[in-house]
Amino acid sequence: MTKGEVIEKINEFLVDEFEVDPDSISAEGDLKETLDLDSLDYVDLVVVIESNFGFKVKGEDFIEIKTFQNFYDYVEAKVAEKVTS
Amino acid sequence: MGIHSCLGTSLDEVRDSLYKGKSGIGLDPIRTEMGFRSALTGIVERPVLKGLLKRRERVGLAEEGEYAYMATVEALENAKMDMDFLMKNEVGILYGNDSSARAVTESTDIIREKKDTSLIGSGYIFQSMNSTITMNLSTIFKLRGINMTVSAACASGSHALGLGYMYIKNGLQDAIICGGGQEVNHHSMGSFDGLSAFSINMEDPTKAVRPFDRDRDGLVPGGGGATVILEDYESAVKRGAPILAELVSYGFSSNGDHISNPNVEGPSRSLERALKQAGLQAKDIDYVNAHATSTPVGDTNEARAIDAILGANKPYVSSTKSMTGHEMWMAGASEIVYSMLMMQNNFIAPNINFENPDEASAKLNIASKTIETNIDIFLSNSFGFGGTNSSLIVKKL
Repeated sequence: MTKGEVIEKINEFLVDEFEVDPDSISAEGDLKETLDLDSLDYVDLVVVIESNFGFKVKGEDFIEIKTFQNFYDYVEAKVAEKVTS
Repeated sequence: MGIHSCLGTSLDEVRDSLYKGKSGIGLDPIRTEMGFRSALTGIVERPVLKGLLKRRERVGLAEEGEYAYMATVEALENAKMDMDFLMKNEVGILYGNDSSARAVTESTDIIREKKDTSLIGSGYIFQSMNSTITMNLSTIFKLRGINMTVSAACASGSHALGLGYMYIKNGLQDAIICGGGQEVNHHSMGSFDGLSAFSINMEDPTKAVRPFDRDRDGLVPGGGGATVILEDYESAVKRGAPILAELVSYGFSSNGDHISNPNVEGPSRSLERALKQAGLQAKDIDYVNAHATSTPVGDTNEARAIDAILGANKPYVSSTKSMTGHEMWMAGASEIVYSMLMMQNNFIAPNINFENPDEASAKLNIASKTIETNIDIFLSNSFGFGGTNSSLIVKKL
């Protein structure tokens, strides 16, 4: 899966799950603010990541994820890790 | 009032179905596939809430909560209570519900498959609890008064209204959203089907529910949501609310007997208590909306209780379950809505499929066809497992 494909897939499920305007998403945008996430929404984010990419995010990993770019990089690294292993 | 049931998704639609004696019963093929004895069920339209509610408001809402939400939106609109009113005044909620099996089953299936509870998602916990309707609606409508679910088997909805009446009568609340909700899916009905309590007359689903009829062979489950807003009279007058009728009494009792077999003595005490509390006599009751679910023993015992307490003047009796099936946790509330629609429109909805009486029902004045008549006072019975009984009396203003 290329970097572009990962980003496209993430944006697609975020728009679908959190019902936001696709245009509101930008790489440097704040993930929590843009998607209006509360603590319960992070629980659902774990579920959609698992169903789309087959790995489970640990709650503490979200601490470092501030922007969409952080999120893309995180998922991409995990996907690459999975492919390597 | 507001309603979302197999007879329609608005008061107008339901009024027409009641008048025409239209059955809302059909077949659910998945029940046959799952090894149910009966595939019969009320067919209820699932509302589409995307666009009406925000994502966070929807994810915790179970199926029965969706029906209850639709019924409550209609009821609030009719009662002229908008969000501004709800946020400025202390309005409560007392709703009857006694299961949320679909959510419990689905979330357990995820645990079994994934072996990881963090993959269940955030919604199922709020969908799984019996109080799912009140916890969700109180959040959606920003309610700040009494907030509680009433679980009393098939009398849940009726007791919810009864308790609402008590809170208001005692001056503790001015207005309470009362009602009952019932999920309509195979998850919730399998263990009930296992008791062989359901009709297996599947050749013509519209003929399957036959309360009081000699040839009845069991109940048919149904469901949906029904909301009745109770308000203190002075409060309603002060704000110019449309007052539909007065809930004048709440009779209740417990059989102290078998867990599933009803008796005559328990319901009789509930009826007597309702009459006494309202200061009414048997002759004052124009119409009885019977609990009668179409089970052989239940209908007979209720017929005997009605005959014993109200028999002298033979009020009209019908069971709207002949059209709706047994709406269980919701039934006590929906049957108040159905009876109110009859009272407002001067008719008695038929007890359809009543073709031949048995010994007990022959003593009652059962409306087998639609009857055009005035109703000033009606009584609605609801009984449930464990022998819980509730009787509500409503009077035209």
